[in-house]
Amino acid sequence: MFDPETAAIRFGTGLSPRINAPSGIDAMLNGLSEPTMEEQAFPINSYSSYRPAIWNSLLAGKKMNKAVRDGDEVGQKKARKIYRKLGTALFDAGNADGVAELMRGTVTENGFKQRLVWFWADHFSAYQAVRPQKRLVSSYIEEAIRPNIGGSFYSLLTAASLHPVMLKFLDQDRSFGPNSKRAKQQENLGLNENLAREILELHTMGVDGAYSQKDVREFARLLTGYTYNHKHGARFLPAFAEPGPKYILNQSYAEDTSNEQAVLSFLKNLTLHPDTAHHIARKLVVHFVSDEPKPELVSHVSAAFLGSEGNLLKTYEALLEHPMSWKSPDQKIKRPLDLIVSSMRAMGINSPSEKWDTGPENRLFFNGPLTLMGQTFHNPPGPDGWPESTADWLHPQSIAARIQWTMTVPARLVSGRLPDPRDFAEIALGERLTNELKFAAKAAETRREGIGIILASPEFQRR
Amino acid sequence: MSKQKLSRRDVLLRSGALGCSLAASPFMTPVTFASAPWENRLVVILLRGGMDGLDVVQPYAAPSFDDMRGALISSENAGQNDLDGYFSLHAGLSGLRSMWDSDDLAFAHAVSTPYRDKRSHFDGQDLLEAGSGEVSGKTGMRDGWLNRLIQLQGAGYSTRTAFAVGREDLAILSGKAPVSEWGPNTKLPLSPQAQRLLEIVYHSDPLFNETITEAIELANLMNPLEAEVAESENLMQEMADTIREESAVGGHKRLAEFTALQLKEETRIASFSLNGWDTHRGQKNGIRAPLNRLQETLITLKKELGPIWGKTAVVAMTEFGRTARLNGSSGTDHGTGGVMVLAGGAVRGRKVYSDWPGLEASQLYRDRDLMPTEDVRSYAGSVLEGLFGVKQSDIETSVFPGLDMSAVPKVIL
Repeated sequence: MFDPETAAIRFGTGLSPRINAPSGIDAMLNGLSEPTMEEQAFPINSYSSYRPAIWNSLLAGKKMNKAVRDGDEVGQKKARKIYRKLGTALFDAGNADGVAELMRGTVTENGFKQRLVWFWADHFSAYQAVRPQKRLVSSYIEEAIRPNIGGSFYSLLTAASLHPVMLKFLDQDRSFGPNSKRAKQQENLGLNENLAREILELHTMGVDGAYSQKDVREFARLLTGYTYNHKHGARFLPAFAEPGPKYILNQSYAEDTSNEQAVLSFLKNLTLHPDTAHHIARKLVVHFVSDEPKPELVSHVSAAFLGSEGNLLKTYEALLEHPMSWKSPDQKIKRPLDLIVSSMRAMGINSPSEKWDTGPENRLFFNGPLTLMGQTFHNPPGPDGWPESTADWLHPQSIAARIQWTMTVPARLVSGRLPDPRDFAEIALGERLTNELKFAAKAAETRREGIGIILASPEFQRR
Repeated sequence: MSKQKLSRRDVLLRSGALGCSLAASPFMTPVTFASAPWENRLVVILLRGGMDGLDVVQPYAAPSFDDMRGALISSENAGQNDLDGYFSLHAGLSGLRSMWDSDDLAFAHAVSTPYRDKRSHFDGQDLLEAGSGEVSGKTGMRDGWLNRLIQLQGAGYSTRTAFAVGREDLAILSGKAPVSEWGPNTKLPLSPQAQRLLEIVYHSDPLFNETITEAIELANLMNPLEAEVAESENLMQEMADTIREESAVGGHKRLAEFTALQLKEETRIASFSLNGWDTHRGQKNGIRAPLNRLQETLITLKKELGPIWGKTAVVAMTEFGRTARLNGSSGTDHGTGGVMVLAGGAVRGRKVYSDWPGLEASQLYRDRDLMPTEDVRSYAGSVLEGLFGVKQSDIETSVFPGLDMSAVPKVIL
């Protein structure tokens, strides 16, 4: 059953010399819906707050291109300057948001909340691959995910699946009802299936869910009207919407309502579907407990999700109250982001250097190493997010990158004298400290190496 | 400081010579330098995202092609890169023309895995790499088909026989037979004491122990000069260098160079992936970058392999093709039948292999996708049979269980 160290390591962001491990399940479930102290101390901007700047930088880019075409050298120079300035400002702001995210995990009283934010951010993976927007994923998470992790799955689903970043990522901004007003004005405009498919396959029912290609198609018809552009933000435009009823999963939608309302009813019905409950429950158990989840534990969590109509607190409670979540030894390997945050936490870091936000240090300490370890910050390989299985992370080259990082960067992140590796080992691992590690901590030639070896050890890398 | 002046390639090239002195390292596992099981070489490239076969090898002479795909092709380009009077090559692959003309390039058209209808990338790739008839989660078959191929060789292989290139765990090579996993750009200069202590702390965790042993061994093997100096500054500098190299353009070319280096030594089978084929919108522009990466990868392999290119077959395959008609965003959605690329001196080239189904509505799969008329695994099987002399019965029972490759042509010289 519950023990504080497992709560901190398996379900949180690790042990800390400054912050106590959670006292119980209640403490872990407390405050998931309210802004916490560390969220206020390390603010992250919302994606919406960046949108005007994105639009302005695009306008500047257009001006620049026009000046190039017109051979207007002065105009080109001026536009390029503005374009670069806006782009750099957004890029830097995005990096600063990313560091704030790391810091929240480093100093939080309740690491479970930060881990849930990352779990759902991964479940609803979305990003824009172009610079500077690719650095604005933290702002999407801040706006769509974080405020909704303690409420209903329906609120989270609608906030994330219909968020501007998702609409763009999965091409909903380019999907038009084939019989819509808009499609009649211009050739070759029509449906794009991408968002409809991934909502069913990834966000709700899962690939084994009881839906067909026809349901994907009908859902894509239903989603038309929801759109986004950088100038106006996310909107529902009736002129883009496919008229008439749609039949999805044996039910009729938008018979006498607009697609706008009907999409919400369909999403609501998806959250009540047993396939969704099973898919979400399995993902939670796989993420927090084991790659090979015990069916009893999955059913227990799934029943809580289904019985509460997707109440997320009840779902987490089911996960945390079950003895199987606690008794097995650490089976999961920390993802690189978790490794970095739990290392910073064990080092007792409580305030970031301003240099980390921009320029070479951000790249050298965080973004670069994350890529080498196989987890480019918030840019997973596809809409299915990062892999879960140990085999995917235990790649020789990425383990080499983990060692490179642990042996060099943590020592650079603290300004004063490094802790004695023998004490540090106790702090970082608690009851998980082995005799071999105690010996290694004592035998290391330098404090830096001692700390690096402790952070590189399997005991610290697992959770 | 002279080491800074050596290019990574210089260092790599010396690795063969220095291999023996490394045997003293406590981290070295005994590598048997047994003669490789085969003389020929195979490279399997996974094209993740669903490559649009109808755009890459265009049936420009098909009556409906223009109606379906005209928007993607400006009129002066249709048939511009004619291959055989019926198919033409996408302009983005024009650089492969000489490979085609010298009989080193072929395509298999209207092929697919047995995956149907749900059109999920992730299940599709799972099935492609497992080489099974069904998604592996459902059959319990978890190893990859290249690994099963190696297992067939009994004891006649070493850990270097097959190489998973890059930072990604490749399911196609995972399984009981040990394979190597590494890529360009990683160095790990540790102090002897740090190395010894790491060995101690990893010892109790077999999974980590195996991985780290291989990491240190390969890092030393690929960059042996680095082991001499091991200051923290040096490790930091190496990491900074790696970060810079990794983010530089042309990562695919470095993968190809690294692959060629391994194939010149003990390695006979290598695999890696090239991504970016999920062209849901603006395909006309969107497909250019992945095509260029594919083209440059093949050209680099040919160049770096030198005379060994003649003994090599490169197979590039994808999880599914895309819709025959364009979607409403000037792109294509997930489909079924598509194209497999075959390159290398060992290939019977200058041919588009196909039992062509046609593009009329009634000829499409579910009035939507190019109809697959042959299992893509049959072509892979034909490569294994021709390249390595694997018996058809072994292919149909062990490598691709349940496959019937009786109708597939011989694609290897």
